[in-house]
Amino acid sequence: MGHTITEKILSAHSGKKEIAPGDIVMADLDLVVDLDIVFGITDGHQVPKSIFDPDKIVVVADHTVPAPSISAANAMRRMRQFVEKFEIEKFFAEGRHGIAHVILGEEGLALPGMTIACDDSHSCSSGALNCLARGLGLADMMYALCKGQAWYMVGPTVKLILDGNLNERVYARDILHHIANVYGAFPGKNLEWDGDAVAAMPMQGRFTLATLSAELSAEFSLFRHDDILRKYLNGRASKGYEPVDPDPDAAYDEVIRIDISKIEPLVVLPHKVAHNATEANLLTETRIDQAFIGSCANGRIEDFEVAAEIMSGRQVAPGVRMIVTPGSQKVLQEALAKGYVETLMSAGAVVTNSTCGACYGGHMGVLGDGEVCITASTRNFQGRMGSSEAEIYLGSPATVAASAVRGFITDPRDL
Amino acid sequence: MALKNEGIAWVFGDDINTDLILPGMAFLLPVEEQSKYCFSANRPGWSDKVQPGDIIVAGTNFGLGSARPIGKVFAHLGVAGVIASTFNGLGMRNCVNYGVHVLTCLGATTGISDGDRILVDWQSGSVQNLTKANGISGSALPQPLLEIAEAGGVIPMLQSEGLLEDAE
Repeated sequence: MGHTITEKILSAHSGKKEIAPGDIVMADLDLVVDLDIVFGITDGHQVPKSIFDPDKIVVVADHTVPAPSISAANAMRRMRQFVEKFEIEKFFAEGRHGIAHVILGEEGLALPGMTIACDDSHSCSSGALNCLARGLGLADMMYALCKGQAWYMVGPTVKLILDGNLNERVYARDILHHIANVYGAFPGKNLEWDGDAVAAMPMQGRFTLATLSAELSAEFSLFRHDDILRKYLNGRASKGYEPVDPDPDAAYDEVIRIDISKIEPLVVLPHKVAHNATEANLLTETRIDQAFIGSCANGRIEDFEVAAEIMSGRQVAPGVRMIVTPGSQKVLQEALAKGYVETLMSAGAVVTNSTCGACYGGHMGVLGDGEVCITASTRNFQGRMGSSEAEIYLGSPATVAASAVRGFITDPRDL
Repeated sequence: MALKNEGIAWVFGDDINTDLILPGMAFLLPVEEQSKYCFSANRPGWSDKVQPGDIIVAGTNFGLGSARPIGKVFAHLGVAGVIASTFNGLGMRNCVNYGVHVLTCLGATTGISDGDRILVDWQSGSVQNLTKANGISGSALPQPLLEIAEAGGVIPMLQSEGLLEDAE
């Protein structure tokens, strides 16, 4: 019996030839990515006596950059001390900063066939790069720093085959909302993406799907290496790499085939993602206070492009604040060069520094009691973006921008 | 290893996420403070009522969400373990890695009511409901993970190997 991409990468990194769902493997890590928030632990903050390989450590300031509070500032101090102590060169702080999952792709650090440990649930984002990554916890990270390994439970794999073409103003984000609405969650399972629509999908869409697989409760979420990925990595990859394809006779727990041409702009309703979406044009009674575009899901240049297209010549509705946060300094620079920042600012939007920011309720867009937000960020849990009395709706950047113009949730095709 | 716990069951529903367990606004606080916010949005006052040895029982997709150390909060409150119909993989490892046992048990929320006294064998997967005088069984963790949980998690293991500096 053949193996999935997930199984093959885990097998190659654990030295275990035959692995199957249910197994526990200890896998060697090619990259360990520590974030600023790790250093925010104020009680019992741990520091390893030595680390397994400084060249394989990346440190990124993303959640609290620049520091929004004294506690965050002190965490950033500990981060800098750590970087200095262990002479870590792959350090992305103020000036080079951005969201780790965006930077790992941009800098050619996450590569096909690799294993990456990172203490953020959206680490599965790098699955778009045919790279085995998933969210780990702080204890895992300490183990990874000391030993260069992490334990994984091998899960069954679901193959998602996407066919057809997206309709106008429908995006990868809407595909994900459709999957969550129809199939719910996949706890303990890996996702692997395939089909003609995936083969034709630009990297940005793949990053959105891979990132938001965390919201499907998936373990890993992997794409194949193909021409589109090869072109993306050309001139960008920090070193050589070995792509991993699934075996033709790989065993899947389930195969789900989806015709994406039937998908409409979908909005996920507050507090949970599974089985909780409805068409954007059915929510026009829902007035909004804030419209946010950003995060590792939709903070890339293509998201700025869509937002700028929609906002061009229009204005943010009175009483609404629109916040657009780039995923990295490079995204912001490109958005400036292409005139997207000018367009958004002329429309009355706030374009911020690159950070996770409002997505996790950290800074620059925290929600107050009773406020309603539509966002193209990662999640809509109660309290996620601030007050537990706020309501968070999830939509594509196009849906968010259209809603900002109207002041209520709007199908982008209705503008 | 004993790997058994007797305690009161606190029953929660499906999709219990990390923002309910450890809200973002509490992330940078010391664990004593963080613990006060545990389930504050969906079950205010819970953190004052839970007793050492108690067990959380939940439906599907428990622990969905962030990489936050939810197990550290549970361990601080004395929660012995979590029984759920299904677990989010990250939530599960963030329990085990902090010494909090987990057991996957499909009928957990139908076989156990809030306040029941239960006896859980984390190794065999059997759950005796002492209040209802019946039992259910689940699927126990593989042995290597049971050992991590029983050791109190990954950090004490690394400490015992002398790999960490003394905590600040």
